[in-house]
This record gives sequence, C-alpha cells and structure tokens, in this order.
Amino acid sequence: MLQKLGLIIFIAAFGLFIGTLGMNNYTLTDEILEKNFKEEALFDAKIELASMVDQSYSNSYTFTNELSEGIKQLNKVYNAQQAWDKKIYEDTILSIVKSSANGYLVDNKGFMFFLTFGMAIFGALLFILPEAQKPAGIKNNGIYFNPAMTRKWLGICIGTFFISFYIALYFKPQYIANWTMLIDPVSKLINGGEASRWFMYGFLYTISVLVMGIRYIIKYRHSKYQIIRTLSIMFFQTCIAFILPEIMSNLNLPSADLKNMWPLDYSFFFNYRLDKLLTSGAFGIFLLVWGIALFVVGVPVMVYFFGKRWYCSWVCGCGGLAETLGDPFRQLSDKSLKAWKIERYLIHGVLAFAIIMTIGVLYTYFTGSYTLLGFIPTESLKSSYGFLIGSIFSGVVGTGFYPLMGNRVWCRFGCPLAAYLGIIQRFKSKFRITTNGGQCISCGNCSTHCEMGIDVRAYAQKGQDIVRSSCVGCGVCSAVCPRGVLNLENAETDSRIMIAPDVLLGNLMEK
Amino acid sequence: MQHVVIIGNGISGITAARHIRKQSDCKITVISGETDHFFSRTALMYVYMGQMKFEHTKPYEDWFWEKNRIELKRAWVKTIDFEEKKLYFRLPNNIDKEAKIGGSISYDKLILALGSTPNKFGWKGQNLAGVQGLYSYQDLKSLEETTPRIKKAVIVGGGLIGVELAEMLHSRGIEVTFLVRENSFWNTVIPPEESTLISRHIKENHINIKFSSELDEIIGDENGQVKAIKTKNGDEIECQFVGLTVGVNPNISLLKVPQGNMIGREKPAFVLGVGGIKLNLGILVNEYLETNIPDVYAIGDCVEHENPQKGRKKLEQIWYTGRIMGETIARTITGKRTKYQPGVFFNSAKFFDIEYQTFGQVPAELPEDTKTFYWEHSSGRICVRINYTAENQAVTGMNTFGIRMRHEVWDEWISSAKRIEYVLENLSKANFDPEFFKQHEAEILKKYNTETGSSLTLKSKKGIFSKIF
Ligand SMILES: Cc1cc2nc3c(=O)[nH]c(=O)nc-3n(C[C@H](O)[C@H](O)[C@H](O)COP(=O)(O)OP(=O)(O)OC[C@H]3O[C@@H](n4cnc5c(N)ncnc54)[C@H](O)[C@@H]3O)c2cc1C
Ligand code: SF4
Ligand code: SF4
Repeated sequence: MLQKLGLIIFIAAFGLFIGTLGMNNYTLTDEILEKNFKEEALFDAKIELASMVDQSYSNSYTFTNELSEGIKQLNKVYNAQQAWDKKIYEDTILSIVKSSANGYLVDNKGFMFFLTFGMAIFGALLFILPEAQKPAGIKNNGIYFNPAMTRKWLGICIGTFFISFYIALYFKPQYIANWTMLIDPVSKLINGGEASRWFMYGFLYTISVLVMGIRYIIKYRHSKYQIIRTLSIMFFQTCIAFILPEIMSNLNLPSADLKNMWPLDYSFFFNYRLDKLLTSGAFGIFLLVWGIALFVVGVPVMVYFFGKRWYCSWVCGCGGLAETLGDPFRQLSDKSLKAWKIERYLIHGVLAFAIIMTIGVLYTYFTGSYTLLGFIPTESLKSSYGFLIGSIFSGVVGTGFYPLMGNRVWCRFGCPLAAYLGIIQRFKSKFRITTNGGQCISCGNCSTHCEMGIDVRAYAQKGQDIVRSSCVGCGVCSAVCPRGVLNLENAETDSRIMIAPDVLLGNLMEK
Repeated sequence: MQHVVIIGNGISGITAARHIRKQSDCKITVISGETDHFFSRTALMYVYMGQMKFEHTKPYEDWFWEKNRIELKRAWVKTIDFEEKKLYFRLPNNIDKEAKIGGSISYDKLILALGSTPNKFGWKGQNLAGVQGLYSYQDLKSLEETTPRIKKAVIVGGGLIGVELAEMLHSRGIEVTFLVRENSFWNTVIPPEESTLISRHIKENHINIKFSSELDEIIGDENGQVKAIKTKNGDEIECQFVGLTVGVNPNISLLKVPQGNMIGREKPAFVLGVGGIKLNLGILVNEYLETNIPDVYAIGDCVEHENPQKGRKKLEQIWYTGRIMGETIARTITGKRTKYQPGVFFNSAKFFDIEYQTFGQVPAELPEDTKTFYWEHSSGRICVRINYTAENQAVTGMNTFGIRMRHEVWDEWISSAKRIEYVLENLSKANFDPEFFKQHEAEILKKYNTETGSSLTLKSKKGIFSKIF
C-alpha cells in the first residue's frame, strides 16, 4: 500500500521533472548576448540572431532550436575562416538559454526543486524502506517477471531515457538547461554560484547512488560485507567525488576528485590540467604526485592484497553507480564465452588506446610537436578518445545500456583502469573466490546475478577458484549462492586453485 | 569404436559422459525425453520464482556438447533389448510432443541414469487436474500453467522439495497450507532442536504448516479439477492446487515391464525375472555400479546399492551422490574397473532464508554410543550441532544452520576422527562466511566449556584463507 503510494509519488515527481524542460518562457536580449559572447564574435552573433532578440518564446524547444541553428551557422563560418578562437561551444549556448529564461520555474526554483527532486526522493524511499519489514535474505523473486529488468518495454524506456540524457548532457546541454536551473538552489548553497551542467550531473549522480544505495543495503542487509561495501561507495561518491572538489574550488584551489585516477581519468595529463596543477603551488604539486602515485603505487599494492574490488566496488564512482542504480539490471550481463572473448579484445584495446593517447599528449606537452613518431596526430588522438571513449562509451553506452546489457557495460568492456587493475588481479594478487569443496549444485544463481558476466558456476561446479581479471568483487555471487559455495578470500597468491581437480571433494575412489 | 549409451541427462548421466570423454575417445550418446539439454533440477524453483530463466539452469552452453562430441538425443526409451544391446524409442504422442522419435539405437555399454519420480500413494483423487509433484521440467511447465489462476494451495509431505514448493507458491502470493505427517518439520531426518528451528522459520514466512496431519483424499469438482482435500483428522481444506511432495522413488517403471522388441525377432525377448535386470526399489547394483547384466550399469537416483558402504544407505537420492557415481562409472567404462567409494557424507539445502549444511552422520535420533553438542544463537536462526563418539570423542558428524562451513576442513576432521575439543578450538578454520560476518566460535566454545566444565580456548580467529595479510 505504502509502497504503491511511494511509486505513484515517484512517477509523478519524475513526470514533473521531465515536464520542467518545457516550463519557461524565453526572451533573448542584447545584454545576454553581450554577456555571453567574446568581443570578436559578438558582432556576428548580433546579426545572426537578430530575428530572435527581444522576441518572447513560450516554447522552450523552438527557442533552443532556433538559437542552436543560428550558432551552428556562425560556427560554420568560423570553421571556414579557421577562426578557432571565435567558435562557440555548448556551455555558451547553455548559458544563453539559462539567461534568457523567465517564468514560473525561474521564479520558484526552490519550490520546483522540492516538487521534483524532493518528492522523487520521498516517493522512492517510501517505495524502498518498507522492504525492510520482510525477513532479511536474498529476495530476487520476480525479477524475471518485471518489464524493467528483462529488456521489456519498461527497460527499453528507461534505457532510452538514460541514453537521451547522456547525449543531451555531453553534446546538447542547452536542451536540458531547465534541469540545471532546478539544481541552482543546491549549487548556491554549496559553492555560491549557479549550477553548471556538470554540477547538475554530479548532483543527480550522487542522489542516485545514495537513494539506490539505501535500496541495496536493505536488499542485502543480511550480509555485512554488502552493507559496509555500499556505505563505502556512498561515502566516496558523496564526500570525495561530489563535495570535496566543490570545497577545493571554493578555496580557490585546483579541484580534483581525489579517488579518480588515470587512465579512467583520461584527461589527467592533458596540458591545461598539468598547467593548472603546476602553477597552483604546493597543493597543485601534491595533487599531481597523488594522482600519479595512485596508479603507479596504489593500484599494484592494493590489488595485490585485496584484488581490484578495493577500487571497482568500494571506491569508484562508475562502479558506485553500477552497484546502486544499476543493481536491478545486473542479471542482464551476457555470460556466454563469446561475450568474454569480445570483452577481452575491447577492454584491452581501450587500455592500449588510452596509453598511446596519453603518451601522445605528453609528447606534445614536452616537445611542442603535434605528431608522435612522425605520423600519429596527437590532437586528433586526444579528441577522438574523448569523444569515443570518454563520452560515448563510458556515458551513453556505459550507463544508457544498463537496462539492456547489464549494469557494468562500461566496467566490463570499456574501462581502461579496470583492464589495468584486472591484469594485476589475474596474475599477481592474493584475491580469489574460493569454491566450497563439492557443494555446488550447479543451480546457476551465481552466474545469473554476476554483473560482470562471469560464468561463476563453470568454476564452482568443477572446484576451481574464480580468478578472473574482470571480477570486481561485488560479492553478490557469494550472497546469492543457496549452498554457501562461494567466498571472496585473500591468501597466498600461489594457493589459488587455477586448475580444476580431476574429481570433486567427496569421492574417495582409487586414483 | 565402442559406443556408450547413457539414458538420462541429469547430473549423474552427464557427469559420466563428461568424464568418459575426458578419458577416452569412444562414441557417447546421451538420451533423455525430458529436455534437449542438461539442466539443474535443483534450480527449478528459482525459475518459477522469477529469479532466473530456464536457460540459466543449463550448466553448459549449448555448443558444449558438439564440441566435446557428446551426442544428445531427445527421446523416450520405450524398451531395452539387453540381449541384442539395442534400445527402442517410444512413438511420439500428445503428452510429449517434443520428444523426437528415433527408431532404435545399439550400444556396446549402457548406463542407466534414469533418476526418480515423485511418490504417489494411491490417494483418492491423486490424478485430478491441479494435483502434481515437482520433479521434472514438465512439472515446472504445468505448475506455471496451473498456478496463476489459483489462490490457495495445499502441499502434502514435509521434505526438502515440500518446503521449496511452499516457498515457490508463497512467492507468487498464493496461500499455502503445508501438511506434515510428523509433529515437527523433517524430524525423521534432523534432530528435534534443528527441526524446531526450521519449523519456526517456516511459520515466520507465513506458511500455514499443519503438523501431525496426513492426507486422506483429494476432492474434485465436476470438471475434474481439485477443489479441496481431506486430512485423516477429518479436516477439509479448500484449495485449487495440491502439491504432492512425499518423497521420490527410483524411476524404473520402464524396466518393470517385459523388455525387448517382440517384432521381427526369432528368440523371445528378455522378460522381467527371466534373465531381466534385477530390481528391487531401484536398479540393483554392486560396488562397481554394475547391474546383473553385463555391460549395463546404473548410476544416480535410480540406483539401489546391494551392499552399501558402512554407514551409507541403499538409496541415496541426492545431487552429490549422483555426481560421484558419474565420476566413478566413467573410470570403469574407460577400462579401469573402479569401486564406488563416496567419502564423508555431505548434503545441503536452504529453507527460505536459512542455509543448511551437514557433514558426516547426524541421525535424527542420537545413537547409543554417540554424544552430541548443540549450540543455538539467541536469534533462533543459527545453530551448530556436532556429534562425537562417547568412547574417544571423535567427531562423527555436524549440522549447521545459518553459518557456512568449509567442506574441506570438516571432511578432514571427520575422516581423521579429530576429537571434539580439537574441533571446537579450531572451529574458525572451518568458517566459510563472507568477510565481516559476525563470528560465533567464541560463544559456541563458551557453551561447551560451561556444559562440560572444560576450559578450552579458541586457537585461531578466522578461516585459514582469510588472514588479510
Ligand atoms: C526440486 C528439486 C530440488 C532438489 N534439490 C536438491 C538439493 O538441493 N540437493 C541435492 O543434493 N539434491 C537435490 N535434489 C535431488 C537431485 O536433483 C537428484 O538427486 C538428481 O537430480 C538426480 O540426478 P540423476 O542424474 O540421477 O537423475 P535425473 O536428474 O532425474 O535425470 C534422469 C533423466 O533421465 C530421463 N529418463 C528417465 N527415463 C527415461 C526414458 N525411459 N527415456 C528417456 N529418458 C528417460 C529423465 O527424464 C531425466 O531427464 C532435488 C530434486 C528436486 C526435484
Ligand atoms: S564473480 Fe562474484 S564477486 Fe566477482 S563480479 Fe561476479 S558476482 Fe561479483
Ligand atoms: S549459486 Fe552456488 S550452488 Fe549455485 S551454481 Fe553457483 S556456486 Fe553452485
């Protein structure tokens, strides 16, 4: 009853959230243009956009569309003139849209924030919390009857929403300008300014991790491992990834997500970031050293002792979202041998790409030459990595495909850091998942619910430890096993059982 | 090339096939009428509950069989001609349209891995619509068809499959009444304390469990559909579904009729009792899993051991024994005649949210020469029992509910007759619970110390593997 009410409230608030996109009126004025355009481009802009100025638009889409078209024309001209410095980017368009808006939403941001975010969170919690009254234990009942979790209509709708969201966020933020407006009150509170699209994204991300983290904790509350792990994820996302960088920039320090590291943080060695760190005094140097030490020392040492799980399912933001928001979709990962093959090519390919791209970028940084080895154009390497891997793969596909291919699409097929962590986990780590003697009944719960698409059962039923570079140590296989067969353990590296015994424990026949 | 034919694609038949393939190059054919591919019977419940799909119950991908040259044949064997070494398939009929017809097939060696079938004790109304057991893929299908329309179900028989069925139906919002003949759940198998613990847990999950009640008859309506049942106490319970889970028996009906093809033969075929295969409750086999007929072997649920090992039963119809028999028979088939020698007994189950493991022998009633130590957590959901000999304190068996224990460690302790005190002091070595779980060893030891006036201390904290550094 309560849960139904919660669901209704959530859907209503979500509907309103979508609705806010069309809520404002828009008037473009000369002041706005003057505020947003560089001197050189202002004149052109005034001409190009003349027909829009001082017109009142009641339809946000028409307004945004017309504005985008106009700016596209401008950019075309600048491209032709090779006047790169005049080019106008998404953030400027976003800012123009925001400044041109007026109407109910603009005047009532706080209230609208409450009605959308506030009510959505309230509804979601109302839906989630009553689960705690049921007996603790694995409750995966009915997931395969649920149209959201089985690639049916609802799953496809959710996927479409995620994908559209990411495309808008990365490439056309002007269309979701009103959402950044909704978050303005929060942004004002934290850093005194208006919300950028990345602030909006970070906020949405953190809220998702927190609310769905609560859901996850309730669902797996019989397992202390799951509770502590999820609290860790929630902490790192909220404090380290979301709030701390804001504090840093409030203090006028270069801001950084201290837990993010190269090569996941692929722009770490980009010139503008290096310059910023190198010119920001001791703190900048600290960030630089910290960032390098993380992947040079931190990764090998920590993976050696604990496996890649210390990062992928305890700390990482992408992993954090996958474990919380993505949990309802974990069973959709492909377990076939074929998928495993594709995975290995893809993920190691991305790692190689990231390394070459970074070498190129550093080469350019130090030598000023734009061609590595005489034929590799470093700039286009950099921009294609950013576009293909940074935006499309990790965002649009990585999260957008949750309801279609499971919650770890990015972590499994794309993340270069996961590839690096995985190589160490596979070859030099104390971590393994042990199988309990001859107890497996081949039921398949473990494989079904492994988000990384590992066919855990294939190992368990022949008594071989699961030592796989992709295993993120989420512990769900162990949690769902009805016979207590699987356990995530650390011990001497050479005690991992890599070759299945001839017969399982329990058979004393003569050799 | 020798042709090995296996009837039955369950765990025993498939284990045999896989191990034969590992050790030899002979031709292998596996026949089953139930499904095209091997699936895990133990996972049927999860499919019904929507935790997985049927395809997830298949332990091997479909390409596996061809790659390993294990030929699969979907057909029901109708009759076996042991003299001509030939099988004949049943013609397809309305009940099993999916089973393809294949005429006949010859074998050099035959492995019978026929499994079992749910018991039916001749109750009135046991063949009404809406009455069924839970064993096969077909049972799952019919359950899927019947139950969406029903509100109330009765389950007869308090065994492992009974609780599973109760959990299944309950997960779909069906009101379940669970008739158990005994006065506490499964107390013919587990000691009273454990039985009480589980009975309590079943009730906690809103299953209406009725002890000391036996089915008298099943009552149908005018359409031949079940509408109620009557217990021997005279109670009538309204229901639209009856699950019969009163145990299974070896699936040997095929062998109980005269065997052999009568058509086109000069000699009469084997007739039961006249040179036929020896049967009792199951197919009788010796220590080598050989039947009385040369080149014919039997493994798994359908087997009855003529001379079981000391401490073992003649019929042990569980997953693990089926697998061990499969491993063993593969040796014999590939030229090394090998005795069936299961090690320390083990089994496991899950009752709603409580996992259960057992190692060694823990009979429901304590044998004369055995002592027992029992600890239960204050939550009433976790317990451990250890049995040991009165004479030299050697552990003989253990039950654990709610704590995962390491199979290897217990196997070693029981087979090497470790003393109870040693076991308790080192109990954490057997702990297989995930990291951060509360450990109960200290509390367990304390109880033992209080009960026996000893002053044992824990020797290690967590399992052998889990030291972090
Ligand atoms: C719901 C359920 C839950 C269970 N849970 C557990 C558990 O948790 N732990 C445990 O240890 N055990 C469990 N068991 C028991 C375990 O599943 C069986 O012991 C095991 O599957 C037996 O394997 P088998 O290979 O001997 O026979 P089966 O798996 O029964 O395979 C025999 C096959 O042979 C086929 N066959 C028979 N006759 C013919 C014929 N004439 N022609 C063609 N094909 C034929 C049958 O259709 C069947 O497919 C469970 C059983 C059920 C039903
Ligand atoms: S193998 Fe287990 S611990 Fe590893 S990713 Fe899969 S479910 Fe998680
Ligand atoms: S969940 Fe457990 S029993 Fe089932 S297949 Fe996996 S390891 Fe085996």
